[in-house]
Amino acid sequence: MGNDFWDDPRTIGLIGGVLLLVGAATVLVRLLKNRDESGLNTAMIEMFRRRIRAWWVLCTVLAAAFLFGQTVTVVLFGLISFWALREFITLTPTRPGDHRALFWVFFLLTPLQFVSVGLLNYKPDAPDLSTWQAMLRTLGSFEFFSIMIPVYGFLFVLARVAIAGDYKRFLERAAKIQAGLLICVYCLSHAPAILTLNSPEYLPNWGSKARFLFFFVLMVQLSDALQYAWARIPSKHPIVPTINPNKTWEGLLGGSLSTVLLGSALWWATPFHGRYWWMAGVMSLVISLMSFAGSITLSAIKRDRGVKDYGTLVEGHGGVLDRIDSICFAAPVFYHLTLWWLGAG
Amino acid sequence: MDTNFTRHFLALLARFLSGASVRWIDSQPDTCQRIYFANHTSHMDAVVIWSSLPRQVRALTRPVAAKDYWMGGPIRRHLANRVFNTILIDRTEIKVHQSPVDLMIREIGDIHSLIVFPEGSRSVTGEMGEFKSGLYYLCKKRPDLEMIPVHIDNMNRILPRGEVLPVPLLTCVSFGPPIWLETGEGKNHFLRRARNAVRQLKEL
Repeated sequence: MGNDFWDDPRTIGLIGGVLLLVGAATVLVRLLKNRDESGLNTAMIEMFRRRIRAWWVLCTVLAAAFLFGQTVTVVLFGLISFWALREFITLTPTRPGDHRALFWVFFLLTPLQFVSVGLLNYKPDAPDLSTWQAMLRTLGSFEFFSIMIPVYGFLFVLARVAIAGDYKRFLERAAKIQAGLLICVYCLSHAPAILTLNSPEYLPNWGSKARFLFFFVLMVQLSDALQYAWARIPSKHPIVPTINPNKTWEGLLGGSLSTVLLGSALWWATPFHGRYWWMAGVMSLVISLMSFAGSITLSAIKRDRGVKDYGTLVEGHGGVLDRIDSICFAAPVFYHLTLWWLGAG
Repeated sequence: MDTNFTRHFLALLARFLSGASVRWIDSQPDTCQRIYFANHTSHMDAVVIWSSLPRQVRALTRPVAAKDYWMGGPIRRHLANRVFNTILIDRTEIKVHQSPVDLMIREIGDIHSLIVFPEGSRSVTGEMGEFKSGLYYLCKKRPDLEMIPVHIDNMNRILPRGEVLPVPLLTCVSFGPPIWLETGEGKNHFLRRARNAVRQLKEL
């Protein structure tokens, strides 16, 4: 466990601050729950309680993974992907002809994607590399991870479903599997890919990269919560009433603005320091908008399938995919914008 | 390896792999003698139901399974005999004086419960087949047993008939309220009622 994750006081400040906040929220909910006459909606308190429990799990698991280093963190995201894809495909009607394609999607493409993420940072510095090491390094350097699923996964699914011989609603079935693979695996894998970004000036060590990933996950969660909170104010203008009447313009605008304010206030925890401090706010805005896009998209799929939540991992609990839909959508933009900025800055 | 440990470990593994959410609908887990009867779409069905029972109930519950499959190799044989404690039925030679129903009744004594699949064999489409009459004769000889309908969802997508490699989708195991054989109830009527009890659980 010899890494420098806790060495920086900023890391302790950020994670400690979040734990304090979640702790305070836990106490608050417990107080509200004990006061039945408060007139507050009990269903809402129950939902809030579940949210907080999910945050506890998220914070502890993420912080523990950071202590173990990059490989463990990438594997953790791989497992989350795997579980989210399970929920996605479970709710998507498939035919027996899709069985073999699905097997490879779960047990080959998904793990391979996260191996490719790990390879991004594979820079063995031995003077005499074996052929294997050189090949792996090349795979990492041309960012195999960013084309493997959109190109080869895409073609593979089409061909494997065709070979199975069932041509009924062929394109529709292949597209469902591809959409699941892209959202749950490809997009999500951009979150741990943040750990492989390199910049001697802005992301000099493991601690700074891990803190940056934590900042990303934190901003997504905050933006979700803030949009939800702002949508509670009475005058309602739903954005897409047919899909989710709870997502209002007030929620989106108020939520995004407050996310930007909070994100800018946390600039010290990000690599955007010095004259780039405003980038933390810009990134928060992008995260907020993409989170909205993610949850409205997954709501559309749920609505079509006539369910409220993906999966019932714990009785009465939303699924993993319900918790990470915003992360899936925000991760690629966040990763690419940072890469772009690092290249320019 | 300690059998109890293997048993517990395999149950946890099966729960994780099948991602099973378990529902008891108007029904409670109990260690009294029961017959769990379920729809049948995959070889994993018995293990999934067995693993979704609470530990104390699981220890007393024995799946009824096909001899030709579970005697097919040393690992399967060990699992069937020592771990799952199955009652194996020889589907190839069912005789009058050695009927499976008598065998089951003898084996459960007055403590064990049973997991049975009254369709007899796995369905290909996922649609339930007609129930075989064994369930009726079982009830007729032991009318004191509680009959619990069980529905397993999605197993035909996880490991369909004819496939070897599973796709790790999430299952849902639903246990329903007990039914009994009514006095004077005919065989066909009872079997239809039992089949409907399982099918209804899918919609709930």
